[in-house]
Amino acid sequence: MSTRLAHTGRLLTKARQIAFTFNGKHLTGFEGDTLASALLANDQMLVGRSFKYHRPRGIIASGAEEPNALVGLGTGASFEPNQRATTTALFDGLAAASQNHWPSLDFDVGAINNRLARFFPAGFYYKTFMAPRAAWKHLFEPIVRHSAGLGKAPRDRDADTYEHFYAFTDVLVIGGGVAGLQAALAAGRAGAQVLLLEQTPHYGGRAPVDGGKINDLPVDKFVEQIVAELETMPNVTLRLRCMGAGVYDHGYVLGYEQLSDHTPGIPGPRHRLWKIRAKQVITATGAIERPLSFAGNDVPGVMLAASVRDYAVNYGVSVGDRTVVVTNNDDAYRTAITLKTLGLEVPVILDARTKGGGDLMVQARALGVRVETGKGIAKVLGTKRVTGVAICTQAGEGAVLEEIACDAVAMSGGWSPVVHLWSHCGGKLIWDAAQAMFRPDVDKAPTGASGEAFVLAAGTANGALSLGAVLSDADAAGKAAATATGHKPKSDSAPQGETPAEALIEPVWMMPQGAGVKLRMKSWLDFQNDVKVSDVQLAAQEGYESVEHTKRYTTLGMATDQGKLSNINGLATLARALNADIPAVGTTTFRPPYTPISMGAIAGEARGEIFQPLRRSPMHAWHEENGAYWEPVGHWRRPYCYPRSGETHADAVAREVNQTRASLGLLDASTLGKIIVKGPDAGRFLDMLYTNMMSTLAVGKCRYGLMCSENGFLSDDGVVARIDDDTWLCHTTTGGADRIHAHMEEWLQTEWWDWQVYTANVTEQYAQIAVVGPNGRKLLEKLGGMDVSRETLPFMTWADGALAGIGCRIYRISFSGELSYEIAVPASQGRALWDKLLAAGQEFGITPYGTEALHVMRAEKGFIMIGDETDGTVIPQDLGLNWAISKKKSDYLGKRAQERSHMADPNRWKLVGLETVDGSVLPDGAYAVAEGVNDNGQKATQGRVTSTYHSPTLGKGIAMGLVLHGPDRMGEVLDFPRIDGSVAQARIVDPVFFDKDGEKQNV
Amino acid sequence: MLTLQCPYCGVQAEETELHAGGEAHLKRFGPGASDEDFEAYLFMRENPKGVHFERWRHVNGCGKWFHAARCTMTLEVFGTYSAQTSEPPQSIRAAISAKRPGWQWKDFA
Repeated sequence: MSTRLAHTGRLLTKARQIAFTFNGKHLTGFEGDTLASALLANDQMLVGRSFKYHRPRGIIASGAEEPNALVGLGTGASFEPNQRATTTALFDGLAAASQNHWPSLDFDVGAINNRLARFFPAGFYYKTFMAPRAAWKHLFEPIVRHSAGLGKAPRDRDADTYEHFYAFTDVLVIGGGVAGLQAALAAGRAGAQVLLLEQTPHYGGRAPVDGGKINDLPVDKFVEQIVAELETMPNVTLRLRCMGAGVYDHGYVLGYEQLSDHTPGIPGPRHRLWKIRAKQVITATGAIERPLSFAGNDVPGVMLAASVRDYAVNYGVSVGDRTVVVTNNDDAYRTAITLKTLGLEVPVILDARTKGGGDLMVQARALGVRVETGKGIAKVLGTKRVTGVAICTQAGEGAVLEEIACDAVAMSGGWSPVVHLWSHCGGKLIWDAAQAMFRPDVDKAPTGASGEAFVLAAGTANGALSLGAVLSDADAAGKAAATATGHKPKSDSAPQGETPAEALIEPVWMMPQGAGVKLRMKSWLDFQNDVKVSDVQLAAQEGYESVEHTKRYTTLGMATDQGKLSNINGLATLARALNADIPAVGTTTFRPPYTPISMGAIAGEARGEIFQPLRRSPMHAWHEENGAYWEPVGHWRRPYCYPRSGETHADAVAREVNQTRASLGLLDASTLGKIIVKGPDAGRFLDMLYTNMMSTLAVGKCRYGLMCSENGFLSDDGVVARIDDDTWLCHTTTGGADRIHAHMEEWLQTEWWDWQVYTANVTEQYAQIAVVGPNGRKLLEKLGGMDVSRETLPFMTWADGALAGIGCRIYRISFSGELSYEIAVPASQGRALWDKLLAAGQEFGITPYGTEALHVMRAEKGFIMIGDETDGTVIPQDLGLNWAISKKKSDYLGKRAQERSHMADPNRWKLVGLETVDGSVLPDGAYAVAEGVNDNGQKATQGRVTSTYHSPTLGKGIAMGLVLHGPDRMGEVLDFPRIDGSVAQARIVDPVFFDKDGEKQNV
Repeated sequence: MLTLQCPYCGVQAEETELHAGGEAHLKRFGPGASDEDFEAYLFMRENPKGVHFERWRHVNGCGKWFHAARCTMTLEVFGTYSAQTSEPPQSIRAAISAKRPGWQWKDFA
C-alpha cells in the first residue's frame, strides 16, 4: 500500500483539498501535489502498461525523467496525450486516463506479449516482417498499426492559445536549484543582466530534501534567503515553471514556460515559448538517479531511491510500509534514514559494495536498520505490485540467500549529471571513472560567434555531488559568466555547505554481476520502450557495435523520455558486451528539447488566419462578394472561376471563355509581378537577364521576354515595356515577382555591382485589369479619355492617360489571343476602375473570368505557362521559343549552359500540341509510352502531357506536351495510358489550336 | 541559429533574417569558357571543415548581399564584409590568421 503520511509534505497546502479523476475514478489530493504524488497517496501505484510487452508499470521517479507514468490529460479540445504525472501539477477537476492498455488497466489483453517475451527480442520486427511481401500489407501492418503509438492523438482543435516571447540577456541560468540560485546571485551581484529559468514550481531543487546545512542554516532557509535577495535585484529575472528546452548556435536558447497548466481556465496563453539570446549560459540542471539492472526492476513498487524520499518529504506520501533499499552508493542511505525517521520500516539496505558506505551508513545502522554489504537483489517478487525481494551476493550468479517481504524497493545506481543542454550545441563529455558518470569536459565547451565558450555547467550538472562542492562550483560559474560579459564580480566567497562524508560509488551495471540469461531477460534498461539487458547484449552479439546503431536496433532511449534513465545503463551494458571501455563506446547524441514541448508552443500565435497571411488584390472583396471559387497562387488568392447558381466549375469556365471570345471579358491581373528597372546600365542589365534583346526596345513598345537561370533552365516569362530612355517595366508571373526581384538584386549586388541600375518591385502598388475580347475597344471608348485605336495604340505598345477620369497606363498585350488591353492604375483606384468597367460593359455582356478561363484561352493559343510547360528542367529551346533567344548577344544568363552537350542534344523532348482521337481530355501529366522497356524494366516513354484542358471554343480536348522529336512527327498518334489501365490516343499537332495567324488580337 | 552582423546596416542579424547564398568569391564563366571551367563554376563547391567564405543576404532587413568568413566546425565568425569584392579584404584575412594560423581557402590565405 502507498498512502498519505500524517505529518510531512513540505510542498503541500493541506487546508486545500483538490478533487480529480483517474480513469473515471473520483480521488482527492492537496494543493501542491503532483498528479503522481496524489495517485500514490490514493494507493494508485499501477499507472500504465509498457509499450511492447504491456507489463504493468508504476511510478518510478518524481520528476522529468519519469518513463512510466504517462497519462492522457483533459478531454475534447483540451485533451493532451503522454503527459508525465510526475510533472503535472494537480488542480481541481483534473481528469487523467492511463494509456496503452485494452480493455482496462488491470486486465489487459496485450499482456500476452509478456508471456511471449522470449519470442520478441530486439530486432523482432526487422526479422519477422521481411517476408512474404504480401503478408506485410495484409497481415502485419494492420496489426502493428493497431498496437503502435503511445497514447491517442487529440481529435479536436486545440482550444488554448500560445505565444512566443523574445528575450536578450547577459547570463542565462538554467535551473533554480541551489547551484542555479548561487550562480545567478554571483552574476547578478556583479551587475550582469541575469535570467534564471526553473522547470518546476519551486526553487531549491532537491537539496532541501537531501538535507545538510548551508552557512549553518537548513537548506530550506538558505533557499528562502537567496531567492529573496535575487527578487530585489533589478537586473535579475526569475521564472518558475519554465524549462530550458534547448541550447543552439551563438547563444540561442529556447525556454518553455507553462503559464496555466496548473490553473486551467485563467485568461491568457497556456504556454509561452521563450526565444532567448544569451551571451553566457549556465546549465545548473542537476543530475538524474540511475536505476539498477536486476530482475523485476520494473515491477510497480520499485522506484528510484531519491524519488521515494521526495514523495515522503515533499508530498507526505509513503510508497510502502516496508521499503527495501538497494544501492551502490551512499546517497540511497538518506532514503532509508528519512523513512525510518518518519516511522516507516526499512527491512534491509542492500549495498552492492563489499565495504559499504561512509557516515550515512553509520547513521542508518545507529537507527537500527539492517545493512547487508556486498549483496544485491536476485529478483523482485510480485507482478502488479512488489511483495518481496530475493537477496543474493552481488559477486555471484543470483543464488537466493534469503527472501524478504516488502511492498516497495528503493534503488540507486548512482547519479548522472544532466548534460543535455551542455551537449545540444556541441559541448563534449568526459567519463569520470571515480564517480561513474559522464560530466561536461570544461575544455570542450560549446563555442559562440567569438570562438569562445558560451556555456558553463554548474553544480551537480558539472559533476559536483556534495553540497559544498556544488555551491563553490556554482559561485565560480556565476562569476566567470559575469566576467565574460564584461562585469566585475565581487570578491566574496561561496557559501559553505556541510554534508556527511561519503564513500565512493562502485559502478554496478548488472545485479548480480554474473546474472544468467533468465534474470537478464527481466532486467529492464528502458522502461517505456521495454528494452532489457538481454536485448542490448543480443544487439552487440549481432554486430551492432556503435551505440547509435544499438539504440536504433533495440529502441533503447527512443521513447518520449529519450532515455533519461536508461542511456548510461544501456551503454555500460553495451560496453561490457563488447569488452570495451565506457568512454570508447560513448553516448548517443543529445537533442533538444530536454522534455517534450507542446506543438501549440512551437506554433505560437501563428495559427488560423495569421499562420500565413493572405495577399489580396485591390478587387479581392468584389471577387468574394460575387462568389469567386478561389485558387491559391503563391500567397495570393485568385478567382479560379465565378460559378453562378446551378453551374459546375466546368460550366462556369466554359461560359467565361465563350463570352470573352464572343464579346467581352474582364480579368483581375493585379497579382502579376511588376518590377521597375532603371538607370544608365538598365538596358545592358536586361540584356543579360533576358534571352532576347531588351536594350533595343523602343520607348512606348512592349516585348515578350524569357528569363533563364545560370544553368540554362527557363525560370520566368513576361512582357517588358520600355517606359523612357533609362526605365523599363518588367512583368513577371504571379508567383515569380519576389523571386525574380531577388534574382535581379543578387546579380546586381554580387556580380555587376559597378553597373548603375536600380530595381523596385512595385507589384502591390498597381492594380491591373485586363479588358479582353472583340468589344474591348468599344468599352474603353465608351469610358473615354484615351485614344485606344489600332493606329494610336497598336498591338505591343503602351500609353499613359486617363480613363473615365482615372489616371492609368494601358498596355496592349494579350495572353488570350483576343483584342486585349491591360490597364494599370494605382492600387487605390483599382476597385473604382473595375466597377466602372463592369457598369459600362453591361451592354456587351461583360464577364469577369478567372484563372482557369485564362489558362484555357492561353492553351488554345499555344502560349506556354511557367510551372506547366516548365518544371526546372526545361530550356526555352525545348518549347520552340528559339525566336525569343537572341543570336546577336554574346552573353546572357543561361547562354553558356544551353551550349552544354545535354542541352543541345537533338533527342530532348520538344513542345507540340496534342489532340485526342476521340475528343476527350488527356489526363494531366500522362506519359506517352514507346516500344521496349527502360533500365528499370518499366515501359519506355517518349513524351508527357504538360497542359490539358477541354476547349469550349473548339468543343474538344486539347493539350500541350513534350515529345521526342515532336515537331518532326506531326500527325502521328501516341498512346497515353490512364491510371485505370485504359489508353488514350492523341495525335501530334501544332500547339496553336486557335486563330493561328493572330487575326483576333491584331485588330 | 547563427547571428551575423550586416556590414551595410550594422544590424546584428539572426539567421531568420538572413538568406544563405552558398560559397563566396565564385568567378563567373560564360560563353566561350571551356566545359571544365563552366562545370566547375556551376557545380563544384568547397565543403571545408573549418574556415569558409559564404554569401548571405540580409533579406528580411536592408536587402543587401554581404560575405561572411566563419568556421564551419566551431561556428566562430571571423568577420563580415562587402559582397562587392572578388577576394576577402586584408582585415578579414588577418582576423582569420590570428585564430587559425596557416589556414588556406582556395587561393586565399
